[in-house]
Amino acid sequence: MNPLDLQPRRNLPRIYALEAKYEFLKLFRLPAYVVPTLAFPLFFYLLFGLTFRNEVVAGKVGMATYLIATYGTFGVIGASLFGFGVGVATERGQGWMLFKRATPMPPMAYFAAKTFMSVLFGLLIVAALFTLGATFGGVRLPALTWLSLGGVLIAGALPFCAFGLALGYFAGPNSAPAVVNLIYLPSAFCSGLWIPIRFLPHFIQRLALFLPNYHFGRLALKMIGAGDGGPAWSSVVFLGAFTALSLVAARIGFRRDEGKTYG
Amino acid sequence: MEINGREARGEVVIAELSRVTKRYGQVTALDRFDLALRRGEVLALLGPNGAGKTTAVQLLLGLSRPSSGTARLFGHDPRDTAARVRIGAMLQVSKVPETLKVREHIELISSYYPRPMAAADLIGLAGLSGLEERPFGKLSGGQRQRVLFALALCGDPDLLFLDEPTTGLDVESRRGLWSAVAELVRGGRTVLLTTHHLEEADALAGRIVLLDRGRLLAEGSPAEIKARVVGRRVRCLTRLQLADLLLLPGVSGGRRDGEETELIVNAAEPVVAELLRRDPGLANLEVRGAGLEEAFLALTGRPDQATDKEAA
Repeated sequence: MNPLDLQPRRNLPRIYALEAKYEFLKLFRLPAYVVPTLAFPLFFYLLFGLTFRNEVVAGKVGMATYLIATYGTFGVIGASLFGFGVGVATERGQGWMLFKRATPMPPMAYFAAKTFMSVLFGLLIVAALFTLGATFGGVRLPALTWLSLGGVLIAGALPFCAFGLALGYFAGPNSAPAVVNLIYLPSAFCSGLWIPIRFLPHFIQRLALFLPNYHFGRLALKMIGAGDGGPAWSSVVFLGAFTALSLVAARIGFRRDEGKTYG
Repeated sequence: MEINGREARGEVVIAELSRVTKRYGQVTALDRFDLALRRGEVLALLGPNGAGKTTAVQLLLGLSRPSSGTARLFGHDPRDTAARVRIGAMLQVSKVPETLKVREHIELISSYYPRPMAAADLIGLAGLSGLEERPFGKLSGGQRQRVLFALALCGDPDLLFLDEPTTGLDVESRRGLWSAVAELVRGGRTVLLTTHHLEEADALAGRIVLLDRGRLLAEGSPAEIKARVVGRRVRCLTRLQLADLLLLPGVSGGRRDGEETELIVNAAEPVVAELLRRDPGLANLEVRGAGLEEAFLALTGRPDQATDKEAA
């Protein structure tokens, strides 16, 4: 019917769109992914944010507002690390990635889909947290502040997508969930994403300066006026370097995979 | 001139491994191996587990790099998209994303190709009717294998790679897959099959390449290969000494099994005649076909522990 069919070509935008759609559906239908990544940040927020909603944490910022920023950070990191890290590790280990590599799939479509999915899940978590905060938490912020906080939280997914990708190439398919949890949970706690960092012991506050999660949270807190007063650029540079290092590590893993076989 | 002549006979080489060696650490998976796949043929790479069959397929698919030598696919580097849009591969995949439905997997993989096969044809060919809306995780082992077969065909490939396609399939599913492959070949496609079942290679292939420990052992038509590798098994109760019997012409192996003696022979009749001449009191005579396991034993002069039991 369509005269263009006479010279068939691949529809690249359609490949990217389908890859992203099915990456999302694949994980959205998987309780083992949805429950921890979506429910845990929301549950913790309800537990701590709403219980201590009248406490003032930093300056004039109340707990309900403060914890939107930190649990938003926590949730976005989780979506990226589990989506990328566990996803890549299992698909490598089970031969699925090998099959995909034998198809003419553009490799970038695979990674773009995983990034899209992580960002979309991050967006869902952030939207749900904002809704909880604005309704049950009584959080009132200027529209621009909501937007800038949301923007920082979503952008912060990218460094952790890169880190998740690197983890996916170095963790085994069966151990990946455990490895990701062992990195994700302690580093979130030490970065003050569960409990405001000023309530943590001094040495942990020092340690946090070397954790990317802390720098991500610090930028988010700045957006709601709960920052430490220092400049933002140091955290931006830290996260930029973290992203670059993660991508280099992922590339080494990718190259290593090309040289060997599985099973 | 010569090339034109070959093309006219439909023998143009579309995939090729030239003097390929592949090492994984200490292990040499393939050792200076040559392979040329001609348009329209079904070639079976036959050998026990660990022979290097899967390695050969992965090199031709551009999934791993030769340690030395070259791999070409339709005249391209196997990793080029121009080559990959013309092939399909059924690999040994242990798990496919389980929450996606059969129809969804097919839609996604088909999108990678410029001229995909119609989904309805694919479903029919792979025997997946009625399972389109079933998530992969809810399929039986045989059904999963058929989905992998369908995914290999999404692009309506000129060349199809089947790496141990019927592993774990019941007899009925195996026959179904064989007839689907035969139908594809009638449509002019080329197939490279790896298997450790001689029966499967015999049923599908026009040419068999026998591999053992990364080296080419024998090559020829199924009839030629069978004549070389498939001997007969002669069993009997006899007073003759095994050591003497092993020296008889045409006897390639043998053993004592309790009271009885078992011999692996190329052709049964002359050996049986000789046995009866030497021992008229011979009893319980039995002649059977020998399996691939015995064939490898005969060809390599060593017991093959790696061969799958079901291959026997």
